Amino acid sequence: MTLILRARFFPPLRCGTDGEDPVMSPEKITVRMTVNGKAYVRDVEPRYLLADFLRHELYLTGTHIGCEHGVCGACTVLINGKTGRSCLQFAVALDGAEITTVEGIAGDGPLHPVQEAFHQAHALQCGYCTPGFLLTTIEFLGQNPDPDRDEIRQALTNNMCRCTGYLNIIDAVEDAAGRLRAKGGEA
Amino acid sequence: MKPAAFKYFRPDTLEEVLSLLAEHGAEARILAGGQSLVPLMNMRILSPAVLIDINRCRDLAYLREEGGMVACGALTRQGEAETSALVADRLPLLAAAMPHVGVRANRNFGTVCGSLAHADPLGELPSVATALEARFVIASARGRREVDAEEFFVSALTNCLEPDEMLAEVRLPVAAAGGKSVFLEIANRAHGFAVAGLAALVEFDAGGRCSRARLSAMGAGDTTARLRTVEALLEGGTLDDAVIREAGAAATKAAEPSDDVHASAAYRAHVTGSLVRKALRQMLGNGEQGR
Ligand SMILES: Cc1cc2nc3c(=O)[nH]c(=O)nc-3n(C[C@H](O)[C@H](O)[C@H](O)COP(=O)(O)OP(=O)(O)OC[C@H]3O[C@@H](n4cnc5c(N)ncnc54)[C@H](O)[C@@H]3O)c2cc1C
Ligand code: FES
Ligand code: FES
Repeated sequence: MTLILRARFFPPLRCGTDGEDPVMSPEKITVRMTVNGKAYVRDVEPRYLLADFLRHELYLTGTHIGCEHGVCGACTVLINGKTGRSCLQFAVALDGAEITTVEGIAGDGPLHPVQEAFHQAHALQCGYCTPGFLLTTIEFLGQNPDPDRDEIRQALTNNMCRCTGYLNIIDAVEDAAGRLRAKGGEA
Repeated sequence: MKPAAFKYFRPDTLEEVLSLLAEHGAEARILAGGQSLVPLMNMRILSPAVLIDINRCRDLAYLREEGGMVACGALTRQGEAETSALVADRLPLLAAAMPHVGVRANRNFGTVCGSLAHADPLGELPSVATALEARFVIASARGRREVDAEEFFVSALTNCLEPDEMLAEVRLPVAAAGGKSVFLEIANRAHGFAVAGLAALVEFDAGGRCSRARLSAMGAGDTTARLRTVEALLEGGTLDDAVIREAGAAATKAAEPSDDVHASAAYRAHVTGSLVRKALRQMLGNGEQGR
């Protein structure tokens, strides 16, 4: 949002106007990626975004697309273990990377403790933002296993929920932290 | 919202980057963290014909102290600077600003130098680099040159780089002992871009007088703006309540912000003054904490 509105700031530059592709027949580049533990090889155009690669090439449609300019967090995945906006990454630039999407956090098994906590706390309404929130929560609790509510609020700025179910999401993250600590304690 | 097609290069070394820049120059853009470039490409505000991806140039990712400066390479991520012990110890102003730059997922990939090159007048890092009087190391196949912040930031989203040049490194002077620094910003939400902000650095002599003041405001002009009238007012004097009030008024007067949907120019100018007063009061109250 911010970026659209602030676009007037951008200097007039050596760029094609809308719709005019400066390269008419772009060659495809081979990309190798491990997604949710599975190795994939595909030939894609350089301009192919990771979000589209996941959804249209690998049919992993759990990664949602909201704003396509990095603001909303719906498309958040783990890229080599760190949350990243899949709408701001070119697939070809991630040759050799390891990606985790929402489909990979529990596999075919029972729900991941963070998913279970979201489920119990009613931390989703339409669910569109949920995959992004889950991956943000997994990264955050990996770095801060016992956060207070202020720290949780701060961490959740990574994502937006249009149904504005934030209070339940905060409850869920708090509960998820307890679940993960208990699980860690058992192991 | 899909980017236009482009030719993609993924060099492994700085030398290769520079020779690609020499070859493609004005047609090409550097791809660092992509957190500003890719949104603009998705919206087709920018459609560069060539992207030179520097993410494989591992030699460009470093933070190291040399000769009273911390050198930060072109591939150093904002998230790395945020958690760096060296930055926390030697560059408290940068450390204080870091968490305000976008959100975690942006900082995981966005680079310090990419944010500087992007030259957003509302960027935290351009403002910090200006207050610290950073040195910008610019490289091209023709050689190297070094410029200061005021030469580097030309206007909104415009830096001083020639088409065949890149920002190879930024060098940030280490905080002086006894100096205090404060970073503050006001935003409509707790994340994303601010409407106004301030990076302030004040050093004191043995008698407690202000020996050096550097204040740089975000959102107070076409580019990150040094508040020189405020600096002159502070230097040589003692920080007391009267001076602080005067400094705030001078800051509001010096600010030349613009209106947009997020805030009016008048509000931004007012806030710039409040932030100056607040920052100076924090320096008085915080003992050594704000170093
Ligand atoms: C949702 C969102 C919120 C954000 N909020 C903020 C915020 O609050 N404050 C803020 O300051 N920024 C914010 N940003 C921008 C973010 O900080 C970017 O990371 C940063 O501005 C650019 O860094 P980058 O490494 O991603 O650069 P890129 O996007 O890769 O590049 C940006 C520009 O700089 C050029 N460039 C990059 N590196 C170099 C180099 N070494 N030499 C020459 N040119 C180079 C590129 O060609 C491009 O034109 C936000 C972005 C998003 C998506
Ligand atoms: S789709 Fe909104 S951040 Fe990527
Ligand atoms: S649950 Fe609907 S957007 Fe968050």
